[in-house]
Formats: sequence, C-alpha cells, structure tokens
Amino acid sequence: MSFQPVKFYQTGTYTVGNRLLAPDARSVQAGELRSNSINSGHRACQGCGEALGARYAIDAAMAESNNQLIAVNATGCLEVFSTPYPESSWQVPWIHSLFGNAPAVATGVAAAMKVKGKNNVRVVAQGGDGGTTDIGFGCLSGMFERNDDVLYICYDNEAYMNTGVQRSSATPPTARTATTMPVGPEPGNVFGQGKNVPEIAMAHGIPYVATATVADLRDLEYKVRKAMKMHGARYIQIFVPCPLGWGSASHDTIRLARLAKETGMFPVFEAEHGEVTGVLKIRNKQPIEDYLKPQKRFAHLFGKHAHPEMVAHLQAIADRNIRKYGLLDEEKAHG
Amino acid sequence: MANKPFAITLKPGTSLANLTGSWRSSRPVYLNRLPPCNNACPAGENIQGWLFHAESGDYEQAWRVLVRDNPLPSVMGRVCYHPCETSCNRGQLDEAVGINSVERFLGDEAIKRGWKFDAPAASTGKKVLVVGAGPSGLSAAYHLARMGHQVEIQEAGPLAGGMMRFGIPKYRLPRDVLDAEVQRILDLGVTLKLNTKVENIEQSMQLGAFDAAFLAVGAHIGKRAMIPAGDASHIVDAVSVLRSMEGEDKPMLGRKVVVYGGGNTAIDVARTVKRMGGEPLIVYRRTRDRAPAHDFEIEEALQEGVMIKWLSTIKQAEAGEITVERMELDDKGFPQPTGEFEKLEADSVVLALGQDVDLSLLQGVPGLDVKDGVVQVTPDMMTGFPGIFAGGDMVPSERTVTVGVGHGKKAARNIDAWLRGITYVPEPKHEIATFDKLNPWYYSDADKTVRPMLDIIRRQTSFDEVQGGLDETNALFEARRCLSCGNCFECDNCYGVCPDNAVIKLGPGKGFEFNYDYCKGCGICEAECPCGSIKMVPEDI
Amino acid sequence: MLKQIEGSKAVAEAIALCRPEVICAYPISPQTHIVEALGEMVKAGDLTPCEFINVESEFAAMSVAIGSSAAGARSYTATASQGLLFMVEAVYNAAGLGLPIVMTVANRAIGAPINIWNDHSDSLSQRDSGWMQLFAETNQEAVDLHIQAFKLAEELSMPIMVCMDGFILTHAFERVDIPTQEQVDGYLPPFDPRQMLDPAEPVSIGAMVGPEAFMEVKYLAHAKQMQALELIPQLAAEFKQQFGRDSGGLVRTYRADDAETMIVAMGSVLGTVKDTVDELREQGHKIGVLGIISYRPFPLKEVRAALVNCKRFVVLEKSLAVGMGGIVATDVRMAVSGTGLKGYTAIAGLGGRNITKASLHKLFLEAEQEQLPPVTFVDLDWDVVNKQLEREKQNRHSGPIAENILYDKGMSSSAKFG
Repeated sequence: MSFQPVKFYQTGTYTVGNRLLAPDARSVQAGELRSNSINSGHRACQGCGEALGARYAIDAAMAESNNQLIAVNATGCLEVFSTPYPESSWQVPWIHSLFGNAPAVATGVAAAMKVKGKNNVRVVAQGGDGGTTDIGFGCLSGMFERNDDVLYICYDNEAYMNTGVQRSSATPPTARTATTMPVGPEPGNVFGQGKNVPEIAMAHGIPYVATATVADLRDLEYKVRKAMKMHGARYIQIFVPCPLGWGSASHDTIRLARLAKETGMFPVFEAEHGEVTGVLKIRNKQPIEDYLKPQKRFAHLFGKHAHPEMVAHLQAIADRNIRKYGLLDEEKAHG
Repeated sequence: MANKPFAITLKPGTSLANLTGSWRSSRPVYLNRLPPCNNACPAGENIQGWLFHAESGDYEQAWRVLVRDNPLPSVMGRVCYHPCETSCNRGQLDEAVGINSVERFLGDEAIKRGWKFDAPAASTGKKVLVVGAGPSGLSAAYHLARMGHQVEIQEAGPLAGGMMRFGIPKYRLPRDVLDAEVQRILDLGVTLKLNTKVENIEQSMQLGAFDAAFLAVGAHIGKRAMIPAGDASHIVDAVSVLRSMEGEDKPMLGRKVVVYGGGNTAIDVARTVKRMGGEPLIVYRRTRDRAPAHDFEIEEALQEGVMIKWLSTIKQAEAGEITVERMELDDKGFPQPTGEFEKLEADSVVLALGQDVDLSLLQGVPGLDVKDGVVQVTPDMMTGFPGIFAGGDMVPSERTVTVGVGHGKKAARNIDAWLRGITYVPEPKHEIATFDKLNPWYYSDADKTVRPMLDIIRRQTSFDEVQGGLDETNALFEARRCLSCGNCFECDNCYGVCPDNAVIKLGPGKGFEFNYDYCKGCGICEAECPCGSIKMVPEDI
Repeated sequence: MLKQIEGSKAVAEAIALCRPEVICAYPISPQTHIVEALGEMVKAGDLTPCEFINVESEFAAMSVAIGSSAAGARSYTATASQGLLFMVEAVYNAAGLGLPIVMTVANRAIGAPINIWNDHSDSLSQRDSGWMQLFAETNQEAVDLHIQAFKLAEELSMPIMVCMDGFILTHAFERVDIPTQEQVDGYLPPFDPRQMLDPAEPVSIGAMVGPEAFMEVKYLAHAKQMQALELIPQLAAEFKQQFGRDSGGLVRTYRADDAETMIVAMGSVLGTVKDTVDELREQGHKIGVLGIISYRPFPLKEVRAALVNCKRFVVLEKSLAVGMGGIVATDVRMAVSGTGLKGYTAIAGLGGRNITKASLHKLFLEAEQEQLPPVTFVDLDWDVVNKQLEREKQNRHSGPIAENILYDKGMSSSAKFG
C-alpha cells in the first residue's frame, strides 16, 4: 500500500472520515471547513466522477498549500460545467485558456509566482484525458521536461465526454464511443492502441507521478498532498467514471472506480524520479466482467452476440497490470 | 467584480445561484434501520447502540445504554447464547462481532468501577409483587423500580438468581458476578424476601397490598422418564444435581455417571460431574446435529473428556449398569428402535429431560389458562387474571436466561401501562438492515477476537470459569468491528462522496442532512453508505 | 546611448529595459537573435528578476505568456511566420482574456513554399485576433515602439505585436540610440494588472460565455482598440518628452503637404519609398508618403486626413489577400471612401523579394500617370507565371508549382544538371 492504512478504526482507512479518528488523522474531505474548491451549483451530470475527483484533489491541494493555490484548467467538461457565464463554481483563483495549453499556462503562472517571490503560492493544472493525453500532450511533455513547478492532474474518464463521447488515447480497447462504435467484426475501440501517460510521465524523470481513483479517497489525498510537498513537475492521473459516457448508473461512479482498481484494469501506483515506489494493492480481486457489465459501453461484449475472446483479452490486460505492478499480495497472488 | 473584465471573469462560488436540486427525480433520506443483532436479541437490547459508545471507548455510556434494556450484562456476557452474533451481518464478511464478549467486558467493567444505575423515576405510589428472583423476575423488578414503582420480590429459594444460580454451573457463571448484578438491582430500592414461597398469589397480593404482580417462578421440577429400574439403581434429575451443587452437600453420583438427554442441561451436568472427578457419559437418542444443546457446549464438553453416546435410549437401569438400545433415524429424522442392546456401567443416571413448572401458587386464581404445563399469557404478558402478569420459563418460551430477561422488561412495561390505566404500545420496528443494504467494502479487515479459554486440565478439575474475558484493548477492537448496520456512525462518507457538496455535516454526534437545493439525486451517497443508513425515495413530480 | 548594433540585439536591450518578468523563447528565424540575447542577459544575471523559459513550441510560448500575464507578471515573447500561425489559437485567447502581452513579430512570409524571408503575411493574418499591431520603420523605431507597447498594452489590458521586418531590420546593424534604464523607468511604470490570479482575491478567469453576452465581450475589445487610437498619439507625445525623439504614433507623413500622389506603406520599405520619393521630388513630381505605424487599431481618420488632399494614392504592401488583392489597401480604401480618390494596390516584396528603387520609380510614375491596373504585382516574372499557367492548362499532373518555377528560372539543380 502506498499510503499508511489508518490504525484499525472500524472503517478509518476506507471511509471519508470516522468520528473515532483524531482530527489530524482525518481526510481533508471529512472536514467541515474543507475548501469546497468547486462549489455546489455546478452543472456536472448526476454522479459525475470528475466533479468529485476535482473537489477531492483541489481541496487536498488547498489544504496542503495553506490555501495558497492557483488552478489552471484545460477546456473540457470540468471547465464547461464549472464556469458558464455568469456563474463560477470555483472558490480558488482559476483560469481557463484553451483545450491544449493548460500545462503551459500553468508554467506561466508558476513562473510569475517565482518572479514575484510568491514562493508559497502553488500551481495546479488540470484537464480531462483528451486535454491531457491528446491535444495537450505537447505542452504537458514540455512542462515535464523543463521540470516546471506545476502539479498536473488528469481526470481520466477515458474519452472526450464534453463533445459527446468520442475516443481519446485513454479509451480502453473494446469500449464503445461515438467514434468507435460497436459494429463490425471488431466492435468498439481496437486493441493495440492508446497511450500510457503515467508511464510516459515517468520517462521524463519528473519528481512524482501517481495514479489514483475516486474510490480511494485517502490514497488520492495522500498523493495530492505528497505531490504538493514537492517541487518541480508532478503528474497525477485520477480515474473518474463518467455515467453519461460509460452508460453506467449515476450511483455506480465510485463502485466502478473501485472495480477498475480491484480488477487490475487501472493500476494504482506512485513513482518518484521515474521509479515505481508504491502500489495500492488489490484487496479482493474481481473478475473483469464485474467491472465491464455495469457499463453500457461494454454491452456488446455480452449478451446474444457476445465476444468472450475480447473479454478474455481485457482480462489478460488486467492480469498483466497485476503482474507488472505487483498489485496482489504474494499470498493472494498464489492463492 | 465591477472593475473586472465583463463576462469572461466571474466571481468565485457564484454557482450557488444555480439550484441543481430541480434536476432530481429521487431524493436521498437518512433513516435508521434495525440492526439484525438488535432484532435477534431476546432481551431487546440496543446492541448497535451500546457498541457505538464502546467504539469510542466510552464504556460507561455503553453500559448505561445497555442496561436500559438489560440489568445483567455481566451475566449475559457469560450465559447468553447470543443469537445476536448468529444474525450479525459481519458474519457474512469475516466473522460475527463478539458482541457477547464486549457485553461481558462492559458488565465486568461496571462491577469493577462500581457503576450504579440511574436513579429511579419519581415514585408512582404503586406496589408490584414479583414472584421469583430468577432472570425474569429480577429484570421485571429492575424495570419497574426504574419506572418509579415500589417492588418486592418474593423468592422461595435461599438465594436470588433462580436458574442462573441453581441451573448454570459456576465454571460458566462465577457467583460473585451474579451477586454483584443482583445487588445493584436491589440497590434501586427493590425489596427481596428470600425463602418466601408464595403459596397463593391472590392472598400474597392482598396481604402486601400489591397493585399488580409478576410471576416468574421458573421451571424447577425435573421431568421424569419411565425407565424400568431396579431398586438399587440410582436415578436423579439434573435440576436437583445442579441445585445441590450450590449447597453444602454435594451430590453423591459415583464414578460412572450416565446423563440422559441432549440439551444444555445435560451438558452442564456432565461437565460438572467431570469436574468432581467422575466419568460422565451422555446418552442421547438422536444425533449431534439434532441435539438441542448448543454445539459449542457439546464441543467444550468433548474437549474436557465428556463421553457422548449418540442414537441411544436407556431401556433399563440396574445397580451399576444400564441397558441401552441403539436407535436409527427414520427418513423424517425421528429415532426408531433397532432391537440392538448394549450394557453400560453406570453408578448413577441423571435425567436431563427438561423441567416442569410448579404452578401451585396459582391454585384458585380465576381466569387462568394453563396449557402444556405452562401459563398462557397475552402478548402483553398478562395472565387471564387482570393485574397478574407472568414470564420466564413458566410461560411458553425458549427458556433461556436472555428470554427471561426480555420477558421481565416487556412485562414491566405492560404492568406500568396497566397501572397507569393505559395500554403500552411498542414503537414500530424499523425495517431490518440486511446485509444487502450495506456496502461492506469500507470496513477494515479485522478478524474476531478470540476469548481466552482456561487450560484443559483446570477445566477438567476445577470450577474456575472456562471462558475468559476481553481486556480494554481488545474489547475496544472488538467493538469497532461493529458494522453499525442501519445506523449512521458518522463515517463522513455521504459528506465526502457527494459530487455536489449537497450534504451538510452538522458536527460530532449531530449527523448530517441533505441540502436539497443542490442534491441532484445521483444516489452515490446511498450506494457508498457503509451501513445502509440512507435510502433513495422517488420525488413527487 | 548611441550604439552600432544589430536590430535584434537593440530590441533585446530595449525589452530588458522594460523589465519583463517572464520571457518565453522558441527559436524561429528571424526573431531568434532577440530571445537569444535576452536569454543570455537573464542567465548572466543582468536581467533580474526574470524567468526565461525555453518552451517546446510557439503555442506553448504564447500559453506560458498567458499564464504569467494572468498571474500579474509582465510577459514577453517573440515569433515570426509559421511560429505565429502555430500559436494562433493562443493568440486569439490572449486577446480575448485581455492580457497585456507584448510580442515581437519579426515579419516573415508564410509557407508553403517554406520561405524564411520578409513580408507581412504573418502578422497581417492575425489582423482580427484582437491584438494591436505596430509596425516599425527603423530599428530605432522598433526599440522605441517596444517601450511604448508595454505602456499601451498595460494601460488598456490588451496585447500588442510590435512588427519589424525580418532580416531587413532584425539582422541589420544600424546606429540606434538605446535609452537608459532611468529614462525607461521614468516612462514605463511597473505592471499594475487590471486583474490577476491571486489567492487573496480569487477570480475565475476564462468563463464560457454564451450568446447572451458574447457580442458585448467582443464589442468591448473593439472599444479598447478605439481607445487606443487616442492613447497611441498621447503615448508618443509623452515618449518624445522623455526621450526627445519622435517615435510611434498612428501614422507619419513625408513630403505630403502638396502631394498629388501619395505612397502608403508600412515598415522598413518606407525607407526605400522615401528615397525614391526624394528623387522624384527633385524631378518635380508632387509625390509624398504616408507611413502607417498602427495597423491595428487602424487609424481611419488619420489616414483619411493624410490622403484627402491628394489626387491618387498607391498602397505598397508586402502582403497579399489571395483571391482579392491587397490587405492594407482594403483598409486604406475604406478610410478614403466617398472621396473619389484614385487608389492603386501594389503587392511587392513577398517572400523577401527585393524592392528596388528602380522598380518603385517605375511604379510611382505609372501611378502618377494613372496607368496602373488596380492591383499591381511589382517585379512579377510574368514569363514564368504564364509558362506554368499554360502547363497546367495542358496537363493536370503538371507537378509542384514551386519546383517548376525554379526550373523555369534555371535555379533548380534539375535545371542545371537534369
């Protein structure tokens, strides 16, 4: 486990809070005075994982920076649902420029803070997977290699949701999107494509890279807070299910994030200077079907015209993640 | 904002003007569901409720919540067969919460710390006679006293406790524990008259000017079986054996003691015999899985060296030996004779075939309905005679200490109502917090704490208590294994997981409320509530 | 202080005197020497405090500048040609957000065919981006315009491109008077942003604006540039007071008082134009010059006033609106609309082609005689063009135009050896 589990307090390691924990051992989200960086009244869909992930992450960053934070936002759902004129949901200083330039804008903000001597003011950039792994990738890589003092957070919901669910380089194989329809002999997104941005980030040798999900709040907060303690370029990719784009029930957002991690489909780990330093172990390994079935984007894998071979391929990908990152404890791995 | 660029720059947090609650088609509501443990408790304890306080280490408060329903936690923590644990949802996760062990810890802690009950309510001026100082009578007396009634217990025996003293061996219930919990009840102002056998209830009530009576005389008469027996055979009943263990003169049973029966009493006798140096053999006509005794008791007895002969009936008893017939279960599970006989050594035979009730005190009371040797009572525990209530082993029941305590509480509430000229209406039960209502992911992995057991040699040779208790650290751990089924335990999950910040945290002990101005009705809070304390209900649209 | 200095270096020194706080650098000819010089100053500690950021693209350069400017830092970058086009999305965004970034555009042609030499196609392609564009005639003016640009940009909270002809100015060694730090400090106050990203006073910058307010936002940007029409001459006047030089302003005329023919141009070509006009004046031609310094905002009133008394004018421009003709000419014609003036458009110098005095002589005289067609392509090789047109008429698969032309002109290796 990449973060210390809370000493046995009933649920303390997994739930948001727990009345039995000392205040300083509680999560940021448990606090009555948490920043609520993104406030009520935003126009995200019901059960939006990104809205949740953003509040988790930015609140944690606010807590760690003593509320001295500036946020930069790429174009995308998060931007659109949070700042349609005349209302903003953000309670932190926030700027949106373009779809593909959030990392560079953040570099500029960080440079300004440095030159102004405001060393206590920290900079977070955030975007969806499209804005991060595709159109913003050049700027992201530039920000990484210069080791600019920016924490970049990618909210990964595995497609371009704002524009109507089109494939991105983070879309998993077989998934239905508007540009990878479930038709033809190989329905959905194809195998053998896509981009592992956390690993690419690691290849830049930047101080910190991590993945997290909205299902493991404490791990997420630990990673954001750890990243905020460091300087230089840092990258966290947070897995945020999208009920609209995935065709899942709005109440299943956290459950699906949990299943993505528990199946091994989304490995949760952290790395420093290009080396993996910790993984969040699978607690109770689940078959890939448990993760796929609640999502309509995978519906064509099951039912009358099922594609068991594609399900098996996805299972193999998950198993490979488990082996590669050591996601199972030894005894569980052999048990 | 007037000096900021028009439209492209916005004031922070202004989305509050956008009331997204209008999107909702169903709304979450907080509710309390009935935890299965509470539902299963014959004494009606609010188990989840007292565990809640134990979880935070506030043992005194936990004990106070516990004794609102049951004045005998230290006894309960030893002798209760804990149906709460059988129904505990945690059993489907790893192992049931050791409720019984935490209860014992709280009871023992109360004795150790000298905690007293809260003072009784203002006196009502009413007098209630309780007949019998067993679990049911003591329970009724306790509750009635706390309600402000004047209570007198009349007990035929020389000491209080009933079957807790005269039926349950010391190695399961040390007497100092029993004495302490009885004394605490008496400290409420309850009068206890020992060696006072009520011969005629109407008379006794008139004599003492009692406004009502609660009868809980128990079932102390051992049932006899028609066993052809020679003159020299030594046949006694289990109740007498156990009762005599409390007196000066220990029973003389010889070395080879056959105990006839398959209930808990048979086990108690056999284990008692073992401790006195005898060689007990239980003879039971059916199989282990069909025996009424609890399996853990059978297991403990076997560990201690008690022999058991399953599928056997005693056909004849002679001096020094008995003849048993091997039985076979038919396809309905009833034992049928086989005609195969066997002789076994037996210095004495102890019959543990159940007990009957001594109903002599009720003679002449009009309106009473006695069926199958027990007094029939209405659902509010009243006999056919107005003002006379009854409970415990003398009414139709499972005949456990816990059931008896539950009867006492229920009767007390009804007696109280009756005395006030009203009818007691119990609060409607909440729906049960079944396992499917929970999200067990959130609970930390934690195996049940195993209570220490006395080593086997001392179990075989002394009446020291077999099962040890928890200490403060592992009692706390065990309490914290509680899933708090159906009742918010302030884990902050709903507050955290709402993507719309539509949950308001009210502060410690105050719980949460939904902000329906912004709640979009996504249902994540319900799905991620560990304990099933949130429910989605459709909006009226 | 007078220095014999390369234009780029002079501009770099001027920028440094303006105390920029964030400089974004990405190499593209012919602006590279400017950021190189600035980089060296920052690295040496001569320009401090300043963050010099080697970005990975022009898109990032402008994006970093957006971030730093929004966070309250005086921000500068330089680009040209393809680079400017690569950052276009961010260029529009910077203007939309009202960020007073100053950017040097070392004007250069746009490919294909790729060409590194000077014309005005690049910055003129950003005519409607919301940026102001000031064109320098000389390196002295380039230096001076940058100093004025920061003040103007920050006063209005709008970005400015200072345009200087690539190579012709950037790489030319001329005598330039570099002001002192005291002079610049006396003219240019520290950056006091209209708004900025600040935890002490959070704002959300860059909202999504729908039809209900979008036009107003756009109008306000227009209004800002209208204000600039008043502010630019004012800042030029203040500049003169501080530095003792005429520099900047909206337009500048030369020997225009009694001119019957006026030549309108922007940038360094004005030097050649003036020389030619001097010669023609000596020959008795009533000819004068109107130099446009502020291309955006476009000074309609001043252009009209400068031309209204002549009989005809020629807009000599280093840009081409393909399919239409002149770009600057369109604006000039709009300025004189209703006057009945005869106007000619002369496209010259595309891709760095030399604009010679001889060609201008010929052009201006033809204009004076009103023998010019409405649009003239100065020094166009009609031979080559006609050959290619003929070739294409005959064969759909006639090959790449640029290579064909080189072949026709005998300049390609295949022409030499093939």
